[in-house]
Amino acid sequence: MKKRRNKNPQKNLILGIIITAIMLTLTFVGFFYTPYDPTEIAVENKLTGCSLEHIMGCDNFGRDIFSRVLQGLGNTFVIAVLTVSIGVIGGILIGAFTGYFGGWLDEILMRANDVLFAFPSILLALVFVSIFGTGKYNVVLALGIAFIPSFARIVRSEFIKYKEMDYVRSARLAGAGHLRIMFVHILPNTTTVLLSSIMIGFNNAVLAEAGMSYLGIGVQPPDASLGSMLSDAQSYLFSAPNFAFFPGLMIILLVLGFSLIADGIKG
Amino acid sequence: MAAILEVKDLNVYYTEKKSILKSAQTLKHALKDVSFTMEEGEILGLVGESGCGKTSLAKAILGMQKRYDGEIILNSPNPQMVFQDPYSSLNPAKRIGWILEEPMRIKKIPIEERRQRVDEMLDKVGLDRSCKEHYPNELSGGQRQRVAIAQALLSDTRFLIADEPVSALDVTIQAQIIRLLLKLQKEMGLSILFISHDLRVVYQMCNRVLIMKNGVIIEQGEIEDIYQNPQNDYTKLLLEAAGIDE
Repeated sequence: MKKRRNKNPQKNLILGIIITAIMLTLTFVGFFYTPYDPTEIAVENKLTGCSLEHIMGCDNFGRDIFSRVLQGLGNTFVIAVLTVSIGVIGGILIGAFTGYFGGWLDEILMRANDVLFAFPSILLALVFVSIFGTGKYNVVLALGIAFIPSFARIVRSEFIKYKEMDYVRSARLAGAGHLRIMFVHILPNTTTVLLSSIMIGFNNAVLAEAGMSYLGIGVQPPDASLGSMLSDAQSYLFSAPNFAFFPGLMIILLVLGFSLIADGIKG
Repeated sequence: MAAILEVKDLNVYYTEKKSILKSAQTLKHALKDVSFTMEEGEILGLVGESGCGKTSLAKAILGMQKRYDGEIILNSPNPQMVFQDPYSSLNPAKRIGWILEEPMRIKKIPIEERRQRVDEMLDKVGLDRSCKEHYPNELSGGQRQRVAIAQALLSDTRFLIADEPVSALDVTIQAQIIRLLLKLQKEMGLSILFISHDLRVVYQMCNRVLIMKNGVIIEQGEIEDIYQNPQNDYTKLLLEAAGIDE
């Protein structure tokens, strides 16, 4: 029993890397090449099923679903990466300063964090988008800010754990300044924890983006994202199941791959 | 001989918060009127039970404890400390070479000189030069303590506080580290404040000794005098407990 538990993370990691590698390859191919123009409308192909010309079939405007999935993967991926980047950078800065210095700064920032944390991130992003308008980059900004609190908490607790260590004291005795101690001495020790939470954060970002596009406030038509494709497909769920199936499958695989990697890193 | 360290009427207090809600604070008197001097090139022992203020004294001397009454005059730049636990005193995310170069990197010493001085120092503390490529968790406790000593000495100091540097190590390794400290002290003319609760180790290392209890120095003097003829009951108790009889 114990042996199996030890073995699993390694298996998960490898499986996760394989799935993620395939998805990333598809994503990067989608940036440069799609079999058809993803926005080209051909009414005669409306809602056709899988065939040799269109391996995933065509949607309600006769657009090639495979091309749109490739483009959608790219959009979703870019949004997720940018979102997580904002969340991680903001989280590291806030978490490092609050955890390291403590005191009133810590109190104020962490209470602000709690307020932000109390809202579901989708709701927060909705408020943001309704103020600043829809569009890809507003969604990135909105989700990114909503992601900061969770990263800030993780980083803060790591900094609190490490700031009293003897090696930090000895760095201080050697004359290192606060910034150097924070970002050169302590930060590298948080990478394991940070890396697995970045993976999980990436998943949440993919799902959040899909959710936002499903609600029609993310990537704007005619451009595709996995979420907006699902949203378009729901009216044709029974007449053309392939329309909903493939974007959904891509979301599942993308999230599964990163989850398995995160699991593997932790284990 | 000139004094490297003079401590006069040192009092250190800690405030302890009782709870978050009450603003009432209790003041803990950690060191009471501590006075002593330390000569250049001397190894001074500091003995006492845990919680008696040994570490508070070390922190005050190193400037980590900002709030104190009294006077501390230290005639050496960059006082350094060797910590008790060699498993937490080296950054686990960095290679040994990086750790050893760090004090010089902060002072912006050029890279060739840093490398050269690290190599020389590794020879001095009896470590193989190849250990620069290793991470701290790949070394044994004794090796780590050697690295910690090397790091402290690379800060160009003449004054070192060793806070129980051998109590976390095996007895055989303890002897090696003590020999190393004695050798380095002779070669480099270091002054070492050697904190310990082990009177046998102190006897091997030190010229003079301070006996401390509850934040007060209750006895100080030449090591032979105190071990042969202890004046204070507490000192007698400590010597008996260590199995050292006249």
